[in-house]
Amino acid sequence: MAHGAGGKASRKLIEGLFAPLLFGAEPGPLGDAAHVDMNGTKVAITTDAFVVKPLSFPGGSIGELAVNGTVNDLAVSGAKAEAMVVSYVLEAGTPTPVLEAAIRAMAKAARDAGVRIVAGDTKVVEHGKADQMYITTTGIGRLLPGVSLDPRSVQVGDKILLSGPIGDHGITILLARGELDFEADLRSDTRSVLPLVEALIRAAGPGIRWMRDPTRGGAATSLNELARDCGLGMVLFEDQIPVRDTVRGACELLGLDPLHIANEGQFLAVVSPEYADAAINALSLAPGGSEAQVIGEVREQPAGAVLVTTLYGGSRIVDMLVGDPLPRIC
Amino acid sequence: MRFVDEFREPELISKTAEEIRRLAGDRHYRMMEVCGGHTHAIYRFGLKDILPENIELIHGPGCPVCVLPMGRIDDGLSIAQDRNVIFAAFGDMMRVPGTLGSPLEHKARGMDVRIVYSPSDALKLARLNPDRHVLFFAIGFETTAPSTALTMMRAKAEGIHNFSVFCNHVTIIPAIRAILDSPDMRLDAFIGPGHVSTVIGCRPYEWIAKNERKPIVVSGFEPLDMLQSIVMLLRQLNAGEAKVENQYKRVVPWEGNLAALKAMAEVFQLRPYFEWRGLGFISQSALSINDKYAEFDAERRFSVPGIRVTDPMAAQCGEVLKGVLKPHQCKLFGRECTPEHPIGALMVSSEGSCAAYHNYEHRKAAMVSLSSIA
Repeated sequence: MAHGAGGKASRKLIEGLFAPLLFGAEPGPLGDAAHVDMNGTKVAITTDAFVVKPLSFPGGSIGELAVNGTVNDLAVSGAKAEAMVVSYVLEAGTPTPVLEAAIRAMAKAARDAGVRIVAGDTKVVEHGKADQMYITTTGIGRLLPGVSLDPRSVQVGDKILLSGPIGDHGITILLARGELDFEADLRSDTRSVLPLVEALIRAAGPGIRWMRDPTRGGAATSLNELARDCGLGMVLFEDQIPVRDTVRGACELLGLDPLHIANEGQFLAVVSPEYADAAINALSLAPGGSEAQVIGEVREQPAGAVLVTTLYGGSRIVDMLVGDPLPRIC
Repeated sequence: MRFVDEFREPELISKTAEEIRRLAGDRHYRMMEVCGGHTHAIYRFGLKDILPENIELIHGPGCPVCVLPMGRIDDGLSIAQDRNVIFAAFGDMMRVPGTLGSPLEHKARGMDVRIVYSPSDALKLARLNPDRHVLFFAIGFETTAPSTALTMMRAKAEGIHNFSVFCNHVTIIPAIRAILDSPDMRLDAFIGPGHVSTVIGCRPYEWIAKNERKPIVVSGFEPLDMLQSIVMLLRQLNAGEAKVENQYKRVVPWEGNLAALKAMAEVFQLRPYFEWRGLGFISQSALSINDKYAEFDAERRFSVPGIRVTDPMAAQCGEVLKGVLKPHQCKLFGRECTPEHPIGALMVSSEGSCAAYHNYEHRKAAMVSLSSIA
């Protein structure tokens, strides 16, 4: 099960089995989307499968996630989603209103993100073989001009930017499962990050080296992957990382680290230092970007790892997530 | 965030750290933090970066998951195997390996394994699934034992019959005694467990001060709590005193929680002996369910194999648990034994010293040694 949680095991599965068999021995750094040359026109393409329980939760549902997830994977690879195909795996006996709600949510999210859904497929499996529904979306996008991304271009001194508070989605899902006897006023952050990415590219395009949307596995996992791909150290300043009090509170109670919690509407970017101010200004002025922050910088050490420093001089290495985040009680 | 941020205030922390440096001088101090929660906090907040090098913190046995022998996990899982049983346990337990895999691995193979946040959630599962049996795999020191006791009392009052508890509750005092009796152990003082003490209070530690002449300060879990506790210990040590002190007064009453102790006395009895991973058999160190509540005792209700499983020979969990070895000095650390593939339980729980060291520290240590060569 850990192989699906987005952390270390997922990466091992991809690098150890899928990549060598499907792309040959040296796939290079693994990004969120692939860029493909078609008769001289470069397009970006990505796909993502969505499995979430419960299907709807404060702030969204599987329908929005399925659209925004793919739009965001394209956005952080420097592309604007143009068209999308969807496929639904439905469990026999799923009530029609549940399905209809997911499709309506999908349609609205697609309109909001400016992407057309152009084709689709459905399959029905026996009762008990799926959690009501699984959705896969595949998106194709046009490359945005003025930006070139490569984790290997990241240099010492570069700044690490975060578009807004982390952990909202993961903690919302945890609470929505209803297994915890506490409630919090919290919503999933699911949204298209494309407008923010576009604002960032306009203001700081030549300075942007890398972007990623930290979904499963959280910001810690994305930054660990970057650290490994570029061989440098990611040093974060704990007091600069935006986290809502409700998320912090839930994490404190459950013994979780917000850096390991999933997000569905934020992205990380590494920007050369001379563009950092322009980048933050542009993000802050864009709708939904007012909480963007510089959360750290790239240093030589700890090579290949992520270090979080505190205001009072303590520090800790934050690894990729191992399996799902499990609450600590005893 | 209230009640948290006050205890992470940079200025106070650096002042307290300064005071520690002044009090410690150049003498070497060995202090054991008994509780796994403290071990986790030390790594999570990077307290080692703040403390002077001559304050050595030794990680104690207070991680309930870490001291649980593998055979008990096998026994608990065997009850749920091939039966109409829901296996319920805290998230802490889910990755702990038994001989045939962890609860999570059993779940992936089809066992109905649920993560619960309290024993009463397990009882709720029993109410919601009247045609199935719910087994609660109970772990923890006196911190969690009262809620297990109250849950059984409620089950009895409500007449719920499809619920039982596989009881692995242990008690902290005999473990501290075993540590002190260990011949290879040299300790100057103890940082006392905060959560356990909310239940048992501070009196049970008095023998440590009186008979063993070791200071003990019951401590909270925030950075400032722990640094203040170290200051209190240093003051005692420098003055040649040995007392029980309570730094965590905002939570821990000196006399403990009488209602919680009463609930425990209602439901539990002391086991004559119990096996602790790494420490061996310790007499009167664990709780079982008494005759009055026998119907909820999974060990009586089901036939449990009760097979003893020895730890892998090469693993040095015992030495690490007693503080004789540091995590990275174990032969398997970071090679055969990692958080993804834990061999010893200390690598499983994030409160286990090996996992904490692996997650937060060892690459930092490697980095420092590299830069000192360069």
